Amino acid sequence: MQVLSRNDSAIDKRIGILLRVGVLLSAAVIALGGLIYLSQSGTAIVSYHHFVGAPDGLRFVPQIVREALRGNGLAVIQFGILLLIATPVARVVFSVIAFALERDWLYVAISCIVLAVLIYSLIGHAA
Amino acid sequence: MNQLEISGFLGAASFLAGFLGALSGLGGGVVIVPLLVLAFGVDIHYAMGASLVSVIATSSGAAAAYVREGISNIRIGMFLEIATTIGAIVGALLASSSPTRLLAVVFGIVLLYSAGMSVRRRKPAATDGPPDRIARMLRLDGAMPVDGDWIPYRTRRVPLGFGLMFGAGTLSGLLGIGSGAVKVLAMDEAMQIPFKVSTTTSNFMIGVTAAASAGIFLSRGYIQPGLAMPVTLGVLAGSILGARFLTRAKVKTIRIIFAIVIASLGVEMIYNAFSGRLS
Repeated sequence: MQVLSRNDSAIDKRIGILLRVGVLLSAAVIALGGLIYLSQSGTAIVSYHHFVGAPDGLRFVPQIVREALRGNGLAVIQFGILLLIATPVARVVFSVIAFALERDWLYVAISCIVLAVLIYSLIGHAA
Repeated sequence: MNQLEISGFLGAASFLAGFLGALSGLGGGVVIVPLLVLAFGVDIHYAMGASLVSVIATSSGAAAAYVREGISNIRIGMFLEIATTIGAIVGALLASSSPTRLLAVVFGIVLLYSAGMSVRRRKPAATDGPPDRIARMLRLDGAMPVDGDWIPYRTRRVPLGFGLMFGAGTLSGLLGIGSGAVKVLAMDEAMQIPFKVSTTTSNFMIGVTAAASAGIFLSRGYIQPGLAMPVTLGVLAGSILGARFLTRAKVKTIRIIFAIVIASLGVEMIYNAFSGRLS
């Protein structure tokens, strides 16, 4: 019962802070990318009516990071979105540690399964 | 429209969706896709991508508040996340092979269902009765604060809840939504967890579930940063402001109004799918 009981407010508080910092940091990066993008090509006519898919440079982590470092506004937005996706993943990593500190091996295993599924989803399709 | 205009209109509309979503407790995510598809003519896959990103933002933001209050049951959440994340991957893979019309019809049904769920009467959860064997094995029973005291509660019918959660995850990945309505159903009705706990635990799980399909959405090109940027920032700002007004607002009236909006969007999605306007 320890994780949800009143004894563990310290862990709960840290998870709460982690989530908040993650969301605010990603929002700031997305906003920064938005400013770069709109200041460079705000008057460009764009259409999202038909699906062609985001360009390859905006689909995979290494390309996104490389383009973002070059100052490509869209890639900076996409990098902020990656940070946002990483926030709940970090929460699961944190839970693995928290359960391990409590020597709750059943829930260490359960959290690891969730983590494995998340990692599969994030890198299993990079080909 | 140029990109500046699109960002402005979408940002404002998403702000409103996030604001009403937080006030009504229904979440703004479920209206983002119909809003983008019906009002802005955006392709449904791009709309789902933008919606999914905004769902992660609002879920993580709201979960931060709930975790600190100690209402959500982290064990129940983590255990059920096995089902929702695997479901989310299945749903995201299905999304790419499903025609737009089918997605629109399923979306319409989910909207109608969510609207119905939001106005239904909630019955209090049972706190006594025999313990469930699986729940005991997984230590899913818990306690929640009521007026300064910790009241214990039990968790029941774990396999049914787990199965429903797989379905909730699949819908989340298929449609780019949080599918909180299905998650709460699984925990409220099937597992009979008190609704205060189920609502907050559901919110806690939505971000992890959405992250599982986000990787696939990203690699398939569903996430267009030019759309995701105004939508995510708008919904996030709206939901933060909405949460502040929550204590002062007439929640019941807002809930009913928002439920009507959601239901009519559902009807319109289905109508457009059959009339051939979406293809």
